[in-house]
Amino acid sequence: MVISLLTGIWWFIRGIGLLVASVFALLKGLRLTFTKFFSRPVTIQYPEKKREVSPRWRGIHYFERDCVACGLCVAICPSQCIRLVAVEQDDGERYPETYEINTVRCIYCGMCAEACPVNAIKLGRNYEFVDYQREALVLDKERLLANAPEEV
Amino acid sequence: MELVYFLIETIVKVGLVFGVLMGCVAYLTLAERKILGRIQVRYGPNRVWPFGLGQPIADGIKAFFKEDVIPAKADKPLFVIAPMISITAAISLFAVIPFGGVIEFFGREVSLVIAKLDIGLLYVFAIASLGEYGVVLGGWSSYNKYGLMGALRAAAQMISYELALALSVMGVLMIAGTLNLVEIVQQQAGWHWNAFYHFQFFPFIFYLICGLAEINRTPFDMPEAEAELACGFNIEYSSMKFALFFMAEYAHLVAVCAIATTLFLGGWDGPFNLPPYLSWIWFVAKTGILVYFFIWQRGTFPRLRYDQIMRFGWKFLLPLTLANIFGTGLYMVLTG
Repeated sequence: MVISLLTGIWWFIRGIGLLVASVFALLKGLRLTFTKFFSRPVTIQYPEKKREVSPRWRGIHYFERDCVACGLCVAICPSQCIRLVAVEQDDGERYPETYEINTVRCIYCGMCAEACPVNAIKLGRNYEFVDYQREALVLDKERLLANAPEEV
Repeated sequence: MELVYFLIETIVKVGLVFGVLMGCVAYLTLAERKILGRIQVRYGPNRVWPFGLGQPIADGIKAFFKEDVIPAKADKPLFVIAPMISITAAISLFAVIPFGGVIEFFGREVSLVIAKLDIGLLYVFAIASLGEYGVVLGGWSSYNKYGLMGALRAAAQMISYELALALSVMGVLMIAGTLNLVEIVQQQAGWHWNAFYHFQFFPFIFYLICGLAEINRTPFDMPEAEAELACGFNIEYSSMKFALFFMAEYAHLVAVCAIATTLFLGGWDGPFNLPPYLSWIWFVAKTGILVYFFIWQRGTFPRLRYDQIMRFGWKFLLPLTLANIFGTGLYMVLTG
């Protein structure tokens, strides 16, 4: 009888202890969110502010200098998105009649830039490249030359 | 002539309360998104006008021009009526909530409450339980299993918590000895707020918890439960009908906070006396703090499991609110 009463009291006290502990846990959570409420948001407001990309970022391609139409980039491109029609001049020099990169298919791996023997094709740091038509996303020779950054 | 004045006075007050309430509801949606955003260390909506202040208007226009879909197998009359029941019940609650003292207006005593009902609190509970029908019928009539599950949960949960909700304010009723909300506030004048003066602090907490469950807010948002029920009772609702449910939810939130202010926090009574025509400021401030708390805790606590909610309601809140009635009775006997 006495023992059962004592056990009852013990369980009652224990229950109250658990209750107080859980209420404190809830208050702790509320305190955390309250401090976060007054902290600065980490969001970068994109169209107004742009995030700096890494120097090794692989963005939209550009021609740093004239292509010699060797065809190595075409050979190595894993997604086969480069179309090259090479023309050989009378003096034996080659140049690309057409050079198109289909950026819809491109996976931006940068293999073309690595394979290029004359460092003509490069991947820039521009990542804002969108359009409403797929045709507009195919870069030809002129646009690749125009894509070159200013400082080069 | 007296009748005409009374009518004009009532119509003006109804218009005022309705307008302010709808404005509050609209901007509460923005406030909730902003506060939740800040809690999650991001900005809330901030694209429409400075600080996103045009967001409620943009949302309203969007909801208004959306296609209104009614499922082919839905019970059409009930499907249409359900959101109306919700919003009507939520707005009608404000008829008895006093938001200020008595003011002089063209030599006429105007008390800042739409209806001074002698059964004010009873009216509040009656109308609040009517609001459940909106949720339950809405979920049931949409002929959708998730909607039906949401409605079932809503029925079970709201009825369980209504019990504890009603019991938690019994202490205040015993002390006040009246159901008239205006008189309850007047008795609390001069810092005699029920939440602190008459040892009614715990019932105040219980009331807030039950209120959360009543309006289906996050720790208790079983009827909606995005993760499990894919929006629950309002899953088939679109366009203005969904907007009505949404507005009803926020109006209900304001109502719960306003009633808590009235019953426990002394209504329009404040730390220092403002002239009667400004006394509503205290009421609005206290209600606003409670609303902020409701949003704040939404950003903090995850949703409980269904059986946890039911167990908490029946095995914890109900006995404690009953104990509170007993304790308050003891207190009244001891202090006379």
